Amino acid sequence: MGASLIGARVERKEDYRFLTGSGQYTDDLTFPGQTHAVFIRSPHAHARLKSINTAMARKASGVLAVFTGEDLAAAKVGGLPCGWLITDVNGQPMKEPPYPPLAQGKVRFVGERVAAVIAETLHQARDAADLVEVDYEPLQAVVDPARACSLPALHEAAPDNTCYVWALGDKQAVDAAFARAAHVTRLDFLNNRLIPNAMEPRSANASYSRANDSYTLYVASQNPHVERLLMTAFVLGLPEHKVRVVAPDVGGGFGSKIYLYAEDVVVTWAAKQINRPVKWTAERTESFVSDAHGRDHVTVAELALDRDGAFLAMRVRTTANLGAYLSTFSSCIPTILYATLLAGQYRTPAIHCEVTAVFTNTAPVDAYRGAGRPEATYVVERLVETAARELKLDPAELRRRNFIREFPYQTPVALCYDTGDYPATLDAVTDMAKVAGFPARKAEAARRGKLRGLGYACYIEACGLAPSNVAGALGARAGLYEAAEIRVHPTGSVTVFTGSHSHGQGHETTFAQVVAERFGLPIENVDIVHGDTSKVLFGMGTYGSRSLAVGGAAIAKALDKIVAKGRKIAAHLLEAAEADIEYEHGVFKVAGTDKQKTFGEVAFAAYVPHNYPLDKLEPGLNENAFYDPKNFTFPAGSYVCEVEIDPDTGQTSIVNFSAVDDFGKIVNPMIVEGQVHGGLTQGIGQALLEACRYDAAGQLVTASFLDYCLPRADELPNFNLSTRETPCTHNPLGVKGCGEAGAIGAPAAVMNAVTDALWSMGIRDIPMPANAQGVWRAIQRQNGKAA
Amino acid sequence: MTIKVSMQVNGKPVSAEVETRTLLVNYIREQLRLTGTHVGCDTAQCGACTVHVNGKAVKSCSILAMQAEGTDVLTIEGVAKADGTLHPMQAAFKENHGLQCGFCTPGMIMNAIDFAKSHPAPSEQEVRESLDGNLCRCTGYQNIVKSVMAGARNMHAGR
Repeated sequence: MGASLIGARVERKEDYRFLTGSGQYTDDLTFPGQTHAVFIRSPHAHARLKSINTAMARKASGVLAVFTGEDLAAAKVGGLPCGWLITDVNGQPMKEPPYPPLAQGKVRFVGERVAAVIAETLHQARDAADLVEVDYEPLQAVVDPARACSLPALHEAAPDNTCYVWALGDKQAVDAAFARAAHVTRLDFLNNRLIPNAMEPRSANASYSRANDSYTLYVASQNPHVERLLMTAFVLGLPEHKVRVVAPDVGGGFGSKIYLYAEDVVVTWAAKQINRPVKWTAERTESFVSDAHGRDHVTVAELALDRDGAFLAMRVRTTANLGAYLSTFSSCIPTILYATLLAGQYRTPAIHCEVTAVFTNTAPVDAYRGAGRPEATYVVERLVETAARELKLDPAELRRRNFIREFPYQTPVALCYDTGDYPATLDAVTDMAKVAGFPARKAEAARRGKLRGLGYACYIEACGLAPSNVAGALGARAGLYEAAEIRVHPTGSVTVFTGSHSHGQGHETTFAQVVAERFGLPIENVDIVHGDTSKVLFGMGTYGSRSLAVGGAAIAKALDKIVAKGRKIAAHLLEAAEADIEYEHGVFKVAGTDKQKTFGEVAFAAYVPHNYPLDKLEPGLNENAFYDPKNFTFPAGSYVCEVEIDPDTGQTSIVNFSAVDDFGKIVNPMIVEGQVHGGLTQGIGQALLEACRYDAAGQLVTASFLDYCLPRADELPNFNLSTRETPCTHNPLGVKGCGEAGAIGAPAAVMNAVTDALWSMGIRDIPMPANAQGVWRAIQRQNGKAA
Repeated sequence: MTIKVSMQVNGKPVSAEVETRTLLVNYIREQLRLTGTHVGCDTAQCGACTVHVNGKAVKSCSILAMQAEGTDVLTIEGVAKADGTLHPMQAAFKENHGLQCGFCTPGMIMNAIDFAKSHPAPSEQEVRESLDGNLCRCTGYQNIVKSVMAGARNMHAGR
């Protein structure tokens, strides 16, 4: 037996097809009789739909059909559902206005779908789309979330544009703690709105078979089973077994491909109407205007401390912009995934958070990498760092004084952390980033006329979503377990079916490592299948850094069942008692003897049961498992960012970024590092580059890569990474999840560094993104004040 | 309005009637069914559609099919050896985990091969600047930079 596959830097099994152009993304698929859909989208943020004239378009060359909201209403196609019910502080359910797949009566954001044209070719569909005449009566646009409550209503169901007001924590205890505080730090934040921009634009290709009265939808999705469940049960009223949803290779998601989108519903419904396959692929600008966006919080936050710097309480009031409609999981992001994380890594005894979620005439907002947790970390870590500066304390020391050190730890905001070692990651990152040498580096930079700053962020996240009963009590309308099937073939190779979905995370490798290690097989003998409802028994998909912690745990559970059955078979073959059979690395042994059977021999016996306990045991070696988590997992870590600012241009360069993460057990460090690189880059993008801007009329003025600044290779540093390991105590693999950490911790670290560089000038905060223009303006304003 | 276009693609002569407005990338993807070349934007910003035209990296969304008349086009499908062995640049991306979702990867590799022809031992900064026309949302570029540096060395070492 060679070295363990757990913890090994195994090169990825999936790479060959991506490297040679043989990946199969949704838009790569073309079926016999393929037709193409183009959506006519609202150019107005808020308008009454007076009329839609499709007559000319219907007559255009190659056009097969034009559909509007009226057609869908006549066919009783339902609205897009929201998967999480939040209960208002007054005990009422949140407002859930209808979200028709094609607009009915009104349009509520630029990019909302008004009609769909389907033609033989994409060119013909585009040409015909230009012939659809829509008469709009523009209405006042609600753009600023902070003012939404006092502006004209988007929806009849929400007259004050408020979806819910929700709160968590003990308000009285918090107020009492603030009353006796020696020091209060207060910050007003904007957590900037982001556009996810997976490199593969959304795409859907649906076909219908009259022969079987069944549908097949290929779609760029992170969770095909959830997509099918929502679409069949809530929108189209179809039996689930008549709809197959396949998410083939998917080019990144970051949350944006979790949701059931209108386009998916329309092409699926239309495929039956015209009895031909219908394909739609977003142009990039369509992605910008119609993919669910992320973040967009307006927050006032305060931290109360005693004279020794111990945290007494935290008070947070947030207005969360939900956009024009409720996207699939939008309601739980600024609540369940946000306020529950406000304890961070600290023993803050009392925390109260109130969230007002509002509708505005902007694209729907939902989960984007981190989803609520980056917003929480930003609040906590900007407050803590600012408090340290105000109190003239070392920010690392202030953190150490307040760290949680005993586990399990029940926070005042509903979570119970199972394990962690926060001082260890902070000490490690302080060394790695050579913090001791920072004053000298700052002085050296000053001699060159540059401003240096150093900032920390100690983040925590709740991953491994989620114990279904807990989620259900909090309003989830679905379970959050994961499913797996292990199919051992007669000759001992293995196919694994998982309900998780990989869109870049490398599951085909990581999961195969787990299985190959347990069965003592070469990794080539294990294949992972995901993303097809006709192959995989069920699945909740991939988001919230849950794949290995929940999906992997389901696989581990199924592996246990295989080994348990294998033990019975081996006992029979070896003429021993089952209790005497030991199993390790693919070998069943009679304890204390040299009698043994290999995994392959046992598998073969299961399928060729000539010598087999048929009276007691079924032939075959195939097991299913569902795993429902016992708790969330709590990855945590400490980041240090060092920046240098050119005060003449406002240009900020990251000169050092060090990250020490605790993800629990690590199966493939190479893949984990890649996840951290990507997460950090998205976090840095949020902090320094990415600005989603709607103008006062509700036009998205950053709707292309020319206007929305995605991080590029020459703007980034090399990251210094390291890990510490406190294994998760309640899942079989001891893993916590690593997909979102970088995006959660990085914005606070970067902005703590930027504000550190500017602190001596009297600048206390600066909104994200702190791009050159923003920093330059802040410096000029401050210089103006000084003059 | 249609026009006949003829060119070499991955060493094979091809010709077809296309609408005059057909972009090279659409011709490659939809008519030749070579779907390894991807479309990630509509403003020539992302580089996912990069191919070689007469040996130079070109964003195939930014020229018409008929502008490639008579040229020699290489797409990602033509980069590995006929027996399936990866090109040294492809191998370097695998060895250095230079890809995650894989969507930007063909464009990254086509760009990197062209760059490496004239940069046998590029510095990190040179590589970062060379990637300026290619967007990746997954990797944070760090391992792409490593891959391109290694791939360039390997190409010139005759691997």
